[in-house]
Amino acid sequence: MAAPATEMDLTEARISDLTLPKGGWSEAARTDALARLRQTGLPQRRDEYWKFTRPDMLTQAGAQAAVFEHSEAPIFGAMDVLRIVFDDGVFNPDVSDALAMEHVSIERLADTDADIHWAKGVYGVLETAGQTPVARPLAALNTAFASDGVLIHVTGKAPKPISLVYNHGKETSDAILHHVIKIEAGAELTILENGPAAARFNKVMEVDVADGAFFHHVRAQGRDHERLAATHIFARLGTESTFKSFTLTVNGRMTRNDCVIELTGDDAIAHVAGACVGDGDFHHDDTVFVTHDAERCESRQVFKKVLRNGAVGVFQGKILVKAGAQKTDGYQISQSLLLDEDAQFLAKPELEIYADDVVCSHGSTSGAIDDEALFYLRSRGVPESIATDLLTLAFLAEAVEEIEDEALREVVVDRLEGWLERHRS
Amino acid sequence: MLTIKNLHVKLEEEDKQILKGVDLTVEAGKVHAIMGPNGSGKSTLSYVLSGREGYEVTDGTAHLGDVDLLDMEPEERAAAGLFLAFQYPVEIPGVGNMTFLRTAVNAQRKARGEEEMSAAEFLKVVRARAKELQIDADMLKRPVNVGFSGGEKKRNEILQMAMLEPKMCILDETDSGLDVDAMKLVATGVNALRDAGRGFLVITHYQRLLDHIKPDVVHIMADGRIVKTGGPELALEVENNGYADILAEVA
Repeated sequence: MAAPATEMDLTEARISDLTLPKGGWSEAARTDALARLRQTGLPQRRDEYWKFTRPDMLTQAGAQAAVFEHSEAPIFGAMDVLRIVFDDGVFNPDVSDALAMEHVSIERLADTDADIHWAKGVYGVLETAGQTPVARPLAALNTAFASDGVLIHVTGKAPKPISLVYNHGKETSDAILHHVIKIEAGAELTILENGPAAARFNKVMEVDVADGAFFHHVRAQGRDHERLAATHIFARLGTESTFKSFTLTVNGRMTRNDCVIELTGDDAIAHVAGACVGDGDFHHDDTVFVTHDAERCESRQVFKKVLRNGAVGVFQGKILVKAGAQKTDGYQISQSLLLDEDAQFLAKPELEIYADDVVCSHGSTSGAIDDEALFYLRSRGVPESIATDLLTLAFLAEAVEEIEDEALREVVVDRLEGWLERHRS
Repeated sequence: MLTIKNLHVKLEEEDKQILKGVDLTVEAGKVHAIMGPNGSGKSTLSYVLSGREGYEVTDGTAHLGDVDLLDMEPEERAAAGLFLAFQYPVEIPGVGNMTFLRTAVNAQRKARGEEEMSAAEFLKVVRARAKELQIDADMLKRPVNVGFSGGEKKRNEILQMAMLEPKMCILDETDSGLDVDAMKLVATGVNALRDAGRGFLVITHYQRLLDHIKPDVVHIMADGRIVKTGGPELALEVENNGYADILAEVA
């Protein structure tokens, strides 16, 4: 059934100024994605997973102006990484490193017009799988119209992280990037991402993690406050593979992060975590869908949000355990620390279990700073503002500790400390 | 050192007078003990002095040296040299004990216009003090008081006291929940801090703590007032006869 007329108008209006790249291996996938998008239409407020987040700003034709203003240096800037830089969604070769590294092949989506390519088996494929049972039209739009992105093929342990840097300069830039990452059996890769990217950013990352492979992902969405972003991660995990993703979000008027993970091989591990801090005109939505379709897999969802002054946090997290996914170990926690009475946290935790020998736990809480702990710290001479920051960082710790690498964890904590210092009441 | 005059305090939430005119002076170098039955206002006195919310001072004054305590925020009172060892030390998940101690020490130094302690110097001092109190490296690393036994929590209070080097220490029922060995260890820690320049106010129900921390002066508190003051022998009298006799005598 095609989407109703008004939705179609909206969808057609949105895509009227986009061009579907022609030719090469990706054309068929793009054409299919456009058909998927036209089937569902862009998200509406009445859609079940858009009740807490207004989709308008993310779906309307043309991006609203967002002026890039910030004082902080880019995070991860001082680390030994292979840098790949996009300015308003356009690859910038002048400030990027050579796209080459031992055990890793890196190409640009925009460059690869051959008819046959390894990425064909992943591009739009994981996204399509992730459209069931919940449609993700913004991801289909992305697959159809993505202007660029990186295609990363990993065959061994990558010697250093790949850092994707998204600069934002133009006032109304509307960027669509699509990355494909394929990690072969036993291989290992760390991806870092940071930067405001564009006035509006639509990004998809498809990650195929083969048997025994590792994927680490640390992302920082920050600095530019006015930006809007809708991002999707689609991951497929093979036997005994590991996927770990952490996202830090500071600032941003509107951020919607979808993460769709499918555990398809036995004994796989998937951890997805996020820490966000929002002040004022800030809306942050984490929507996570983890499917257990193999035995003895472990999944963890750890999301913490610090909100104040009208900021809104949303968490929609699901663990789906299919029949036969015995010995599943699923965990989900979403918590908010509301620093005043104007902040809002909306949570929808879901478990759907069809296997009978599983352990799944979930919890969701909203709370304020603990007065007893605050007085205890102050009675030792710690000023109220510093004590509040300490307790706020303590609240976020469980999410931040999901970052395995200590150096990365430290830069994330530094960012949080800086933000808290600048946003004291 | 600590001078309390005619202190009247009521609970903010309910209109209930707890302290009804407390007069108390603790001199530098002296240990004063306050004993008294449940509900006499002992813990309220410690909370009011340290600046906890929920209490309203309706009359009277409290000074540390010549600074007016009642005018200050809790952190300012701490920086001025006041320390309260809590009856129930608070657990703070996610804040490492070491981070907490260093933040507190340096915040007080900063407030007093002194130079902050370097990480290396701090580590050296804290290790030495912790060793005296039989606090191991693991306890220093763990989140503040989380998963600590009753004895460990109280030793951790004394470690904070040792690191912060306050002028005036208030110990609120530090003996509660401790077995004899734990109490001895805590008392040894406190005695090590006894100093000509430092005053102590030890609040307790029972005389047994005072066997280990020997007071110079003992006060009996009842119904929001100090009703009797004497030497260490007063504590023994309480131990032998209970509070009833004393209260009857002053009534």
